[in-house]
Amino acid sequence: MNTPEVVIIRTGSANLASVSAAIERLGARPRVTEDPSDVLTSPLVILPGVGAFGPAMTHLRERGLDRALRERVRRNQPLLAICLGMQLLCEASDESPGVEGLALLPGRVTRFAPTKRVPQMGWNRISPFPGGPFLRAEWMYFANSYRLGDMPAGWGGSTTDYGGSFVSAVERGTLLACQFHPELSGAAGLSLMGRWLAAAQESVPC
Amino acid sequence: MLSRRIIPCLDVRDGRVVKGVRFQGLRDAGDPAELAARYEEEGADEITLLDISATPEARATATETVARVRRVLSIPLTVGGGVREVVDAGRLLDAGADKVGVNTAAVARPTLISECAQRFGSQCIVLAIDAAYAPGTANTWHLKVRSGAGHTAIDAVGWAREATDLGAGEVLLTSWDRDGTRSGYDLPLTRAIASAVRVPVIASGGAAGPSDFLAAFHAGADAVLAASIFHDGEFTVAGIKGFLASHGMEVRR
Repeated sequence: MNTPEVVIIRTGSANLASVSAAIERLGARPRVTEDPSDVLTSPLVILPGVGAFGPAMTHLRERGLDRALRERVRRNQPLLAICLGMQLLCEASDESPGVEGLALLPGRVTRFAPTKRVPQMGWNRISPFPGGPFLRAEWMYFANSYRLGDMPAGWGGSTTDYGGSFVSAVERGTLLACQFHPELSGAAGLSLMGRWLAAAQESVPC
Repeated sequence: MLSRRIIPCLDVRDGRVVKGVRFQGLRDAGDPAELAARYEEEGADEITLLDISATPEARATATETVARVRRVLSIPLTVGGGVREVVDAGRLLDAGADKVGVNTAAVARPTLISECAQRFGSQCIVLAIDAAYAPGTANTWHLKVRSGAGHTAIDAVGWAREATDLGAGEVLLTSWDRDGTRSGYDLPLTRAIASAVRVPVIASGGAAGPSDFLAAFHAGADAVLAASIFHDGEFTVAGIKGFLASHGMEVRR
């Protein structure tokens, strides 16, 4: 009965099997939803996402999930955003010009430098700002063509180098947004998700 | 800086890992989930699972095996074999694959690649190329299809360019001449493909030992794939990473 439930938001085409498997490995119970009321009332919510920025935003807006996510973050309720999920928190993306993001993080998502192989595919080091709640200097697994270039003012997080520095994660309170895939980053990724899960559960009155 | 990746490959038939030269004379090499978990523990960067029975026997890929491997694995899993339509790719992704390989069906119908890339994103779509030297040439490679049973006169380098333009996010490049022979990766082939495309390239076919991995990286590979040398226990991923690090390669340890 004590197994906490983690709600995973369906963002369209995203593959949710790996996120679900990681949640189960951490002793929690994953449940996939497209219902905005779940986003507002569930103690633990993950916004995953692979695929393209535009179609994912359309999917969220058509179901009212965009408003629910904005409200959740405004109320400082726990949220873990992964890969495209992190990009959706930003204002816009070069991947889908003219589409508005959730605008919870200031900044526009841009494509990696043309001198690099794209997608960035594989393990890269993250360098966290000191004193943050979740992130540690570790190898994490990336699979992305676009990224946020500059750390938003007022946020903690980590940077990573791929043809120049980019924002590999942001963290504040119980919001953690990762450009990498913690669910595919072996023991390091599982520990990170475990730290978020523990802090998020503590922050929620039972 | 991105690390160089080492990817153990599980050739799976009827739910078991098998090994053999060019898929002939197959011998049992173990349980896919057990091997995948062991390789993750040893430091593998990803796992690739190829359902080798799928294409020749027109059988649906073993989604059950994929789901079983997913449950024990917390690193990326690529699955190939038998992807003919977008729904086949979707089925493998739902079962727990993070990336899917497309090969024979895409050669026959290249738009399969753009359809899959639009639906799931380029980073999910791995173009698997089986290439062999064109008869009598030293720098031209033709595509093999149907797990090597089918010959074509299609230029492998041109196909790699076309398919990545269509949206394939990575190339898994297997040398049909070297596969299973333990005579080293085909370095001229690796060099030709790596310089022709802008996506990451995985070299495959022929690894006999650590120096072959090093040579493939020097030839431009972003990752290397090998099967039998790991299954035999002759080399561990950790041991090979130690060798690569001592030669100045960035690896995750």
